[in-house]
Amino acid sequence: MAEFRMPALGADMEAGTVAQWLVKPGDTVKRGDIVAIVETEKATIEVEVFETGVVEKIVVPEGEKVPVGAVLALIRSVSAAAPQPVPQPKPEAAPPSAAPVAAAPAPAAIQPPPAAEVIAAREAPPPIARPAAVARPPSTARGRWRISPLAMRTALELNVDLAGVKGSGLQGAITRGDVERAAKAKAAITPIPAETMAAPAAKPVAPEALKPTPPVRPAVSPAERRAMMRNAIATAMARSKREIPHYYLATQIDMSRMTQWLTAENLKRPVTERILYAAPLLKAVALAVHGFSEMNGFWADGSFKPSEAVHVGVAISLHQGGGLIAPAIHDVDRKKLDEIMANLRDLVARVRAGTLRSSEIADATITVTSLGEQGIETVFGIIYPPQVALVGFGKIVERPWAVNGKVGARPVMTGTLSADHRASDGHRGAMFLAAIERILQEPEKL
Amino acid sequence: MSAQAKTVRITYREAVREAIRDALQRDPRVFLMGEDVGRYGGCFAVTKGLLEEFGPERIRDTPLSESAFVGAGIGAAMGGMRPIVEIMTVNFSLLALDQIINNAATILYMSGGQFNIPLVIRMTTGAGRQLAAQHSHSLEGWYAHIPGIKVVAPATLEDARGMLWTALEDPDPVLIFEHGSLYNMEGDLAADAGPVDIDKAAVRRAGTDISLITYGGTLNNVLAAANTLAADGVSAEVVDLRTLRPLDTETILGSVARTHRAVIVDEGWRSGSISAEISARIMEGAFYELDAPVERVCTAEAPMPYAKHLEDAALPQAAHIVGCVRLMIGNDG
Repeated sequence: MAEFRMPALGADMEAGTVAQWLVKPGDTVKRGDIVAIVETEKATIEVEVFETGVVEKIVVPEGEKVPVGAVLALIRSVSAAAPQPVPQPKPEAAPPSAAPVAAAPAPAAIQPPPAAEVIAAREAPPPIARPAAVARPPSTARGRWRISPLAMRTALELNVDLAGVKGSGLQGAITRGDVERAAKAKAAITPIPAETMAAPAAKPVAPEALKPTPPVRPAVSPAERRAMMRNAIATAMARSKREIPHYYLATQIDMSRMTQWLTAENLKRPVTERILYAAPLLKAVALAVHGFSEMNGFWADGSFKPSEAVHVGVAISLHQGGGLIAPAIHDVDRKKLDEIMANLRDLVARVRAGTLRSSEIADATITVTSLGEQGIETVFGIIYPPQVALVGFGKIVERPWAVNGKVGARPVMTGTLSADHRASDGHRGAMFLAAIERILQEPEKL
Repeated sequence: MSAQAKTVRITYREAVREAIRDALQRDPRVFLMGEDVGRYGGCFAVTKGLLEEFGPERIRDTPLSESAFVGAGIGAAMGGMRPIVEIMTVNFSLLALDQIINNAATILYMSGGQFNIPLVIRMTTGAGRQLAAQHSHSLEGWYAHIPGIKVVAPATLEDARGMLWTALEDPDPVLIFEHGSLYNMEGDLAADAGPVDIDKAAVRRAGTDISLITYGGTLNNVLAAANTLAADGVSAEVVDLRTLRPLDTETILGSVARTHRAVIVDEGWRSGSISAEISARIMEGAFYELDAPVERVCTAEAPMPYAKHLEDAALPQAAHIVGCVRLMIGNDG
C-alpha cells in the first residue's frame, strides 16, 4: 500500500489545502495522473501521483489544510492489488462496450514508462489474484517470463492477470495482442463494477483533469491569495539573500545571428507557430548547463547536489495584482524549440489560470528570468532556493559594436548570471556565461 | 492545379547523369573526375556524353589510383572547387580509405575549423550482378561509422536526381552510394525534379503492424515483401533511411512507436553493421514500445559468391523478409 502525501511544492511551503479531489476510492491511477488540486500560498496546483494502482482511501477531505508530508490518500499498487469483488455472473451481463481495449498509444509517445512499475511487476511474478488452479504463465528454463515490454505495459494498464495468458509470440512470448485478448475475454465473462474498470481508455483520469480549469472551490478570496503569495515570495527571497552568498556577472551578447535566424525561421511559419526569443534563450541555458553541473541542482543540507535533468524554471509574472511564480519546463536540453515554445505557451496560460502541476512547481533546477519585454536592459536576479543559479536576460537593443576593427550597429543583449558562491566560483560562472553566449551564436543548432 | 504534373520516363542511371549535368551547369566550380568517366562514359555508363558537352577540363579521366584522385579532390575542395569524385565501386574505395578517413573527414577539425572539404564522392555499391567478391560488397555501413562525413544512399529516382546538388552545397564531405542494381530501374520522374534534403529518412509505405527499415538497393525488395504481406493482412510500414550518417533516429523511433515491431533489412553483413546500430538505437529509444525483439535480414556472412543461385541465396530477398515477418507476427496478426 502506497501513501500519497502532501507534496512540497516549493522551498518554503509548509502546508497546503486540498481544494479538490479528482479521483475517488476505486479509481485506477497511474504515475503522472493528476489526482488532486492543492492550494498553497503561491498558487493553485494540480498534483500528480507517483504510483500506479487503485485509490483505496481518501484520507484528507476537500477543504482541509495539512502540513507537507501528511498522508492524503492510500493507493493500492497494481501488483499488490487485492482481488476485485466478483459479483455473481449474470447471464445477460455482457456489455458489448465494456472493454475498449484498443488503447493505442499516441504516435509520439515513445517515452519509456517509469522503470519502477516494470520492476515492481517483475518482482511480484504472480500479479493480481492468481487463481490457485491456473497454470503458471509461459516461462523459460531459467524461470523468467517471456513477455514483450509493450505487453507488460499493456497488462499494467489494463489490469490483466498474466497468469494463464498464453503467449503467441516467438518462443511463446506474451505479446500485446495476447494481453488485449485476455482483457476482452475477462470483460466478457465478468462484469466488473464500472468504477474499477481499469482500461485507461474507458476511464481516463488525466485527460479529464487536463480539460480547462477544473471548477476549484475557492478556499480563499483573491485578496487573501495575493497577500499569501506576497508573503511566500517575501519568505523565499529573504531566505535567499540571508543564506546564499550571491555573486553576479554580466556580459553583452551579440544577437545579430539569432535575430537573423529567427526572422528567417519565423517567415516560414504561420503566425501561431512562431518562435519567440524566450525559447532559444531557455534552450541555450539548458545546453550550457551540460558543461557546468555546479550551476544545475540544489544546495541542501550543507552540500551541493547536482541534477542530471535540466528543468528550467521560467519566471512568469501574474499580471493581475502582481506576484511571480517560476514553474519548470522539464528537460529543456532535450527538447526542440517548437516543444519548448509549446510548453511555454501552455505554462503561461496555466500560470495565469492557476492550474499548475506539482512536478512543474517543485523541481526547477535552474531559473531564467527575462525582463526584456519591459524595456529593461539588465536584470540581476535573486536565486530561488534551493537552486544555485539564475540567468537573466534583458532587452535586445541596437548598439555600436566593433567587429574586425569596424564599428557597426548590432542587436545586443545583456546576459547576467546570479550564482551561489557556495556551489561555484566566479571563474566557472564566467565560463558558463560565455558558454551561453557561444551557443547563442549558432542559433541553427538549437 | 493542373490535372497531372508533367513527368518524364527516366532510368536511375539517367537521373544520376541529369543530376551531374545540372550541377555542372549551375556552378562553374563543379567538376567530375574518376576512372573512365570521360572518354569511356563511365564504367556503368552514367557519365556518357558529359565529356562532349563539358570538355576535358570539367570531365577528367584519372589514372587508376584511388588514393591519388581522391586526394586530388580533397585538395581541389580546399582550394575552393566543388569536385565530384567517382570511385568505380566501394570495394575499390578501400584504396582511398586513408584519404577519405584521415584527411577528408578530419581536416576541418585538424585545422581548427579553417578548412571545410566540400567534396562529393560517388561510388557504386552492392551485389546482384554476378560481379563476385571483389566488386559486390556493401561497405557503406563502415563509412557511416566515421564522424566528419555524411553518407547517403539514394534508392529512388527522386533521390538519384536530387541528392547530388544538396551534397555539393554541404560544406563537408558527402559520400553517395549508388546501388549497382538500381541503374536500370526505370520510372516516372517529375519533369521539374530538383534538389532534395539529405538528412531525413522517408516512410515509403505507411503501415501499422511492423516497421521494415532499409535503404538503397534493398528498398525494392522490401516494398515487394510489404506487398506480399499486405495480401496476408499484415500491414507493413517501410522506412527508407536515405541517409546513413547522420541517422534520422526520430523517424525510426516514430515508426516503431506506431508498429511496435521492427525488421532491419541491410545488404551489408550483420556483424558490426549499420543494422546493428539501428537495432541498438531502437533498444535505447523505444524499448518499452517493442512487442517483439528487433530482427535483421542481412547478407550471408561470406564473400559474395559468383554463381547466380548462390548470390541470390546470399542476398536479402523479398521471400526472406516475408518469412522473417511471419515468424515474428506468428498467429498474433
